[in-house]
Amino acid sequence: MNKILGALLLALTVSACSTTGKQATVEDRTSGDTTQSATTGTAAGTGAETSGLGADGATGSALDGSGKYAGDPRKDPASPLSKRSVYFDFDSFVVKDEYNPALEAHAAYLASKRDSRVILQGNADERGSREYNLALGQKRAEAVRKALMALGATDGQLEAVSFGEEKPRDEADSEAAYAENRRVDVVYGDE
Amino acid sequence: MLRTALFLPLFFLALLSAPFSARAAMEIEVVGGAANKIAIALLPFGAAPNQPVPAIAQIVGDDLKRSGQFSFLDTSGTPPAADIARVNAGAWRSQGAEAVVVGQVVAVSGGRFEVKFRLLDAVKQTQLAGFSYTIAASQWRTTAHQIADIIYEKLTGTRGAFSSRIAYVQKQGKRYELKVADADGQNPRTVVRSGEPLISPAFSPDGGSLVYVSFEDKKPIVYVQSLRDGGRRKAAAYKGSNSAPAWAPDGRRLAVVLTRDQASQIYLVNLDGSGLTRLTRGGNIDTEPVFSPDGQTLYFTSDRGGSPQIYRMAASGGEPRRLSFNGSYNVSPTVSPDGRYLAYIGRDGGRFRVVLHDLANGQTRVLTDSARDESPSFAPNGQSVLYATVQGGRGVLGTVSLDGKTRARLSESGIDAREPDWGP
Repeated sequence: MNKILGALLLALTVSACSTTGKQATVEDRTSGDTTQSATTGTAAGTGAETSGLGADGATGSALDGSGKYAGDPRKDPASPLSKRSVYFDFDSFVVKDEYNPALEAHAAYLASKRDSRVILQGNADERGSREYNLALGQKRAEAVRKALMALGATDGQLEAVSFGEEKPRDEADSEAAYAENRRVDVVYGDE
Repeated sequence: MLRTALFLPLFFLALLSAPFSARAAMEIEVVGGAANKIAIALLPFGAAPNQPVPAIAQIVGDDLKRSGQFSFLDTSGTPPAADIARVNAGAWRSQGAEAVVVGQVVAVSGGRFEVKFRLLDAVKQTQLAGFSYTIAASQWRTTAHQIADIIYEKLTGTRGAFSSRIAYVQKQGKRYELKVADADGQNPRTVVRSGEPLISPAFSPDGGSLVYVSFEDKKPIVYVQSLRDGGRRKAAAYKGSNSAPAWAPDGRRLAVVLTRDQASQIYLVNLDGSGLTRLTRGGNIDTEPVFSPDGQTLYFTSDRGGSPQIYRMAASGGEPRRLSFNGSYNVSPTVSPDGRYLAYIGRDGGRFRVVLHDLANGQTRVLTDSARDESPSFAPNGQSVLYATVQGGRGVLGTVSLDGKTRARLSESGIDAREPDWGP
């Protein structure tokens, strides 16, 4: 199971980051950088210099004839599937009702695609004990996992892990930053 | 910040009364009166040319000052004793000293030094201790700490802890280093480097190994590493998270926290990985186990009562009993070497501070005045508590005496230190 997790995360990292030849230790996906550069070349035999454009373009998602999303519904910004984070109150691991639409949508997607896998990454804000926050992040991830299972996802599709306070999305020392870090992220294995 | 405003004048007060120069790396704050302190006249030692810095007496004085159990007579204007075998301790007695320390350093062949010191009882005018060391320059600090230990034990009756070591994690950007340093925070050496977080280091009872949690495999795994040769292996790498390792006093087993059964629960496992035994039950958070010195009891953090609190349980498993009742958040228990006290972190009004808890009667005392304290551990002689806090936006390490009156900041400025553990 650990190997699958590692492979999934490695796949995520490789797809998101430029290849900088880092060592075997899997690097932090949140620090991934994509470098796109314009290339210059000289056309042989002419006095002109030509420049190529790098792949700077954004990736679009296909629309069907009526302007609705075709293809992967997870890419539709109007779909509840686009909501990938569940936020929690201080000291709490209770999943609030406002996330029900998003969790129903993710569970339905998973139910319809049995080979799809999700990792639920739990986080906590930085106040208090690191070990307790690791456990709190785990409990938050577990709460989301249980909610998804109750809504139709299967056990084998879900894994709950915790980063505790170690991978904050916002490192500022403020209530707003703390609130941002009290969070579970729904991470699909194949995106 | 109010804390900084209070801290500075006290520091300068200590400066004026201290016989040695202040050093930026060591900041000692003394809060409250000088009750029950042993008055000591620590004279400058005779110096050898090209001897290492700082002076032996400086290192000794800093050690003793950090303990909070001594007050120092002003000896800054006093020349070193010309002959340490003939010292008029009575002259210092009349100035209020209970003890006098004299010493000298002489250069000897091969670039080495001979260090001599005598500890004198100023009242009885007798020698309490006297030693001579022939050392290389590389042994300078070690020798000073040994001298401080001898002085401390002769005057207080308690073994000194100045020759012990601490472990901690330093973070710089996205790089983490697990370091081992002297008990005064000096002389740090890196034992693990990683691009992923390192947390929860703990010395083995014999001081020969460190257990710690590493995220290098993208999830927390427990490693045991030899401090002699750096060799390491995974001690707990089960499905889910593996964390919060604690040594049993026999050094052959660990308590760990695993999420292999979903909830964070406490398990025992032998160092060789055999004998995995689950100790706690229920879907709660049970974490941060720590053994009593006799190995019979586990103290740990649990939210089974609705909020994180400190509990105790027989090490063989059984019904836990709650110990902490002040406030809604008490975590990170650690036990004194004599088994009589716990220290843990209690949150009060949003401030996380170090609490001392008397196990005989349940009485507690808040030791620190800061707001973001974490990770307490006792000195090997049980006389002070090492912890991590935040100052100036950065993680720093500090020690506090058991009466809460002497606090020292240990870490060098400019580094972000956390997760300390005090080892033998």
